[in-house]
Amino acid sequence: MKKKICSKEHQKYLRIRRSKSIIILVIQIALLVFAVLLWELLARKEIIDSFITSSPSKIIQTFTNLVGDGSIWKHILSTLYETIIGFLLSTAVGTVVAILLWFSKTCQRIFEPYLVVLNSLPKIALGPIIIIWVGAGRGAIITMTLLITLIITIINTLAGFTAVEKDKLLLMQTLHANKFQTLFKLVLPANIPNMISCLKVNVGLTWVGTIMGEYLVSKEGLGYLIVYGGQVFNLSLVMCSTVILCFLAGIMYATVAILEKVVKKFFNFEI
Amino acid sequence: MEEIVKLSGVKLIYHSKNGENMAIRDLNLSVYKGEFLALVGPSGSGKTTILSLLAGILKPSEGEIQTSFDLKNKVGYMLQKDQLFNWRTIYKNILLGLEIKGKITKEDKEYAKYLLQKYGLGDVMHKYPPELSGGMKQRAALIRTLVLKPEIVLLDEPFSALDFQTRLSVGEDVRSIIKSEGLTAILVTHDISEAISICDRVAVLSRKPATIKNIYDTRLNEGTILEKREAQGFSELFTKIWKELDIHEEENMFKGTSEIPTDTT
Ligand SMILES: Nc1ncnc2c1ncn2[C@@H]1O[C@H](COP(=O)(O)OP(=O)(O)O)[C@@H](O)[C@H]1O
Ligand SMILES: [Mg+2]
Repeated sequence: MKKKICSKEHQKYLRIRRSKSIIILVIQIALLVFAVLLWELLARKEIIDSFITSSPSKIIQTFTNLVGDGSIWKHILSTLYETIIGFLLSTAVGTVVAILLWFSKTCQRIFEPYLVVLNSLPKIALGPIIIIWVGAGRGAIITMTLLITLIITIINTLAGFTAVEKDKLLLMQTLHANKFQTLFKLVLPANIPNMISCLKVNVGLTWVGTIMGEYLVSKEGLGYLIVYGGQVFNLSLVMCSTVILCFLAGIMYATVAILEKVVKKFFNFEI
Repeated sequence: MEEIVKLSGVKLIYHSKNGENMAIRDLNLSVYKGEFLALVGPSGSGKTTILSLLAGILKPSEGEIQTSFDLKNKVGYMLQKDQLFNWRTIYKNILLGLEIKGKITKEDKEYAKYLLQKYGLGDVMHKYPPELSGGMKQRAALIRTLVLKPEIVLLDEPFSALDFQTRLSVGEDVRSIIKSEGLTAILVTHDISEAISICDRVAVLSRKPATIKNIYDTRLNEGTILEKREAQGFSELFTKIWKELDIHEEENMFKGTSEIPTDTT
């Protein structure tokens, strides 16, 4: 957008617009603060049972303890590691498989029913099989993440590839472009917005996969803390781990959103 | 005049799971060097199919296409819409064809810049397509084919997506660019006035399966499109061609008989 000297009226419009966004942000923060304070108050007045609901102050207490004895970093790093590896693997493998399927219409037709069935299967059902085949370690967690994200990545990416405008493909044909040229000069660049929104979906799904995997097998990680906290009825531990999880997922999503802005700007796509 | 393309007895059948679809039958046509030829015909008659054959995208089911040049490298094809890639600048868009041919020499780049400059896109060559007007984009699309130094340029209804005013000026642009580069071109359209005013000869096609019904010489004067539209003989030609086109039968035709074209000449 170019900056232009604008009329008084337009300045007024911009001012109103800006103040509106500020009001919305203030309300959003106020709502959160209010909910937290209310929670704390109800717990202190013993209107709710903080053994079951925990309370903000207890959560903070738990957090300081975990930071104090240093054990929290091990769990955070472990979960982050699994999530990031799962995310990168599923994105890379999914894109490569989608490209291979794009190359061959026949392969696409052969594998389509398998993709559809695998996609609708509840992956958690494969838990025991994964544990037996991969072992009850980190491998199992990453495998679970892959199962959850890979198929949907393939399906979404391939759908984007095949949705490229017919006339643009015709243009490549009139220039006698081969399949590789069509892929690299047309299909991939045209699909950058689609692939990025796929990344955004994947951020959420890899967290699901990792935590599910940790529920199944792990001895460390935030998912493990949540399960463990539940088993020993330490609700503060459960809540604390959940809050940390929220932050991490938020940061990862924001990173992808920034990446989206940069890439779209670079390739001159409308945002 | 030198004949650079000759189609003899060309037939084309599309095969699909619903059966055979004959789009072209018994097509005989010669194209001469330096001429601007129009193909007019009802929509769905097989005009695009003829261009695909000339561009080497399709092979004829029967008959022969002889050319004095390489079908694969010497044909420029301009589609209905500009089809510029939004993620490339105008300059980069224009180099697309050369990139695909795999060799961009310094001369190619110079030539691309020269053409852009010559046809009024010099100032916008580092901009992206959405920043340009429809007419400019269409000019850019034409230059994208011209940098390949084609022997013949095929234009498939390149103006039909534009509004009337833009159409006239882009039509004039295309005509003058083709003429000043001394190129041979074929324009496909279903607009009779457009065909007469832009081109030197107009070939009238039958309904599907397409074959040539008649060819008219439309060199009324050497003027611009508008001058040609005003020229003596324009409306006479228009009426002749209009009567020859099968569009009138559209309302009361039924499928069986429309497949058999009647020769009215
Ligand atoms: N790829 C294709 N497969 C099957 N039939 C086709 C294909 N392309 C065009 N046709 C058919 O061939 C006929 C002529 O099409 P086309 O050449 O596009 O006509 P025009 O350009 O004159 O409108 C139409 O009946 C159309 O349905
Ligand atoms: Mg057509």
